[in-house]
Amino acid sequence: MFLALRELIFARGRFSLMGGVIALIAVLMVMLSGLSSGLVNDGVSGLKSMPVTTIAFDQGTKTDNAFSRSVIDDQQLNAWRSVEGVAAAAKMGVGMANATTDSGKQIDLTLFGIEPGSFLEPSRSAGTGLGDPDGIVVSSTAKAEGIDLGTVVTLDRIGTKLRVVGFTDGQATFGHVEVAYLPLKTWQLIASGQAAAGAPSAERMSAVSFDTASVVAVQAKPGARLDLAAGDTAAGTTSKSLSAAFNASPGYEAETMTLSMIQVFLYAICALVVGAFFTVWTIQRKHEISVLRAIGASTGYLLRDGLAQAAILLVGFTALGVAAGLGLGAAMPDAMPFALEATPIAIATALTIGLGLIGATVAVVRISRIDPLNALGGQR
Amino acid sequence: MTSSTFPAAGASRADAPQAAGLSIRHAVMELGDGDTRVTALDDVSLDVAPGEFLAIVGPSGSGKSSLLAVAGALASPDSGTVTVNGQDLSQLSQGKRAAFRLSNIGFVFQSGNLIPALTAADQLRLINRLAGGPKTFDPVPLLESVGMAHRATNRPGQLSGGERQRVGIARALVTGAKLLLVDEPTASLDRARSREVVELLARQSHEHGVATIMVTHDHDVLGYCDRIVEMVDGRLGAPAPVR
Ligand SMILES: Nc1ncnc2c1ncn2[C@@H]1O[C@H](COP(=O)(O)OP(=O)(O)OP(=O)(O)O)[C@@H](O)[C@H]1O
Ligand SMILES: [Mg+2]
Repeated sequence: MFLALRELIFARGRFSLMGGVIALIAVLMVMLSGLSSGLVNDGVSGLKSMPVTTIAFDQGTKTDNAFSRSVIDDQQLNAWRSVEGVAAAAKMGVGMANATTDSGKQIDLTLFGIEPGSFLEPSRSAGTGLGDPDGIVVSSTAKAEGIDLGTVVTLDRIGTKLRVVGFTDGQATFGHVEVAYLPLKTWQLIASGQAAAGAPSAERMSAVSFDTASVVAVQAKPGARLDLAAGDTAAGTTSKSLSAAFNASPGYEAETMTLSMIQVFLYAICALVVGAFFTVWTIQRKHEISVLRAIGASTGYLLRDGLAQAAILLVGFTALGVAAGLGLGAAMPDAMPFALEATPIAIATALTIGLGLIGATVAVVRISRIDPLNALGGQR
Repeated sequence: MTSSTFPAAGASRADAPQAAGLSIRHAVMELGDGDTRVTALDDVSLDVAPGEFLAIVGPSGSGKSSLLAVAGALASPDSGTVTVNGQDLSQLSQGKRAAFRLSNIGFVFQSGNLIPALTAADQLRLINRLAGGPKTFDPVPLLESVGMAHRATNRPGQLSGGERQRVGIARALVTGAKLLLVDEPTASLDRARSREVVELLARQSHEHGVATIMVTHDHDVLGYCDRIVEMVDGRLGAPAPVR
């Protein structure tokens, strides 16, 4: 690295230009990763936090928005309960609602109707659990919208009043909208259009003649692998693993695919730009390398030196870029779906460095093809 | 000085290669393909003894650089043998050749050919590192001996042509090589500088017992050489008279 380091210092202008590009790519990588994690959280954190392995939709439901489109009944639920390896299965209702808080603020909610006390009941950071016909447990992120324990939200148009009795443990959003867990009966009351203005009463609830929900949420026994095809045949459903079911949440597939594509392009750009830079750099050094080879420097030494140079440049400036990206990310407004998570950022960093190194290697390998004979005579 | 100073170094001697210095025997090398094929070396035999400073002159394209390439283990002749310090170069594998060049042969190229990023002292340190020399290596005495100690921390861009050439000579001597190959060292220098550089080469080869071959077009500096041979069309001719 004797030569590599001295050349980095000597040609610091050129190397910092290249380094600047690498750092900017790294910043962009962190931002994209943050945006991607943020969008995923915003889109499906309500699903992610559920202790569920499989979601069964009514057979033939269109994938897009399948959660609110699908309709399942008790027969389908019972069929899933008897599938081998299933620990628990429960009906779950999914719907979107516009609402107004008692302070007049307009909010959107995703209503998750679940059986109170079932395995689907979310863990809470504050308040009590589901039970009261009008009690809802909302995402902890809803606090930012001014919602508190005891806040009453009124569903627009039908005027049904629901009261916040608890907050989930962490973010629970679905399709970029905060989740409100509510008793399945209440959900059915609302979904069937039988809800009246005011708080739903216990007697109205018992009068509901509507027993369907949106999907069957299935939890497999630890270590068990469910035979989804058999379950689907028995129940007349189309089932998906939880993560595959993410695609059925509103906009999820389009958002994540767009972002992944940008990321893939950015990795390719990184490899190509670094490759192009080191190709030009190696060609510029052609004469001095032929001199070193004539003097007797081994190809291995020159290759190691060239690669060490590329590695120092990539690691140094990627670290700089990631640090800048993290700083920028921390300054993001809360309203942005942005989440800095260690694993995806570490992967993005490693890929930026790794692909940059691949680009550099392809360029630096030229060293081994430079003829020491060029050193003789007066080419320069 | 004439070749008579080194009676054992003539090309007309018996075919046995000498133990030290350089021996080339019946070297033939053709370059290029088809129509452009030329005989760069045509049955060349040459001995250079330790401490001898030999000049090769000749028209452009006569094969002078080719001779240096063959003597310096940079190219293999199609036939004939090259022996450096008793080592037959044809016996060396490609990888061993580089290592052999590093420790046995010093090169001085046109206009120095220094590494732009390195200071004069670092040029020498790099070669010492490549050769696995002592960690305590001090480049200053060597720079001193070529009169460049005061520019030890300057990069090539801050040195004049003659100064670069001096550093290049010091660099060629780092590993204690006993064969020095010099290709047109004065091509970009004025008269006074050319004389200084060639005088330095002569002194170094005499003082350290280094066999030196210098290719030059500069007839002005031939007075410093022990022996002069002329190359024409790939053949070594009779020694030209020293002017
Ligand atoms: N790589 C090559 N391929 C084909 N022919 C070559 C090659 N290198 C040199 N030659 C030819 O070999 C002959 C000898 O070349 P060489 O470079 O040894 O000459 P030279 O005496 O050093 O000339 P100059 O004084 O111009 O440097 C020339 O005719 C040249 O054109
Ligand atoms: Mg030449």
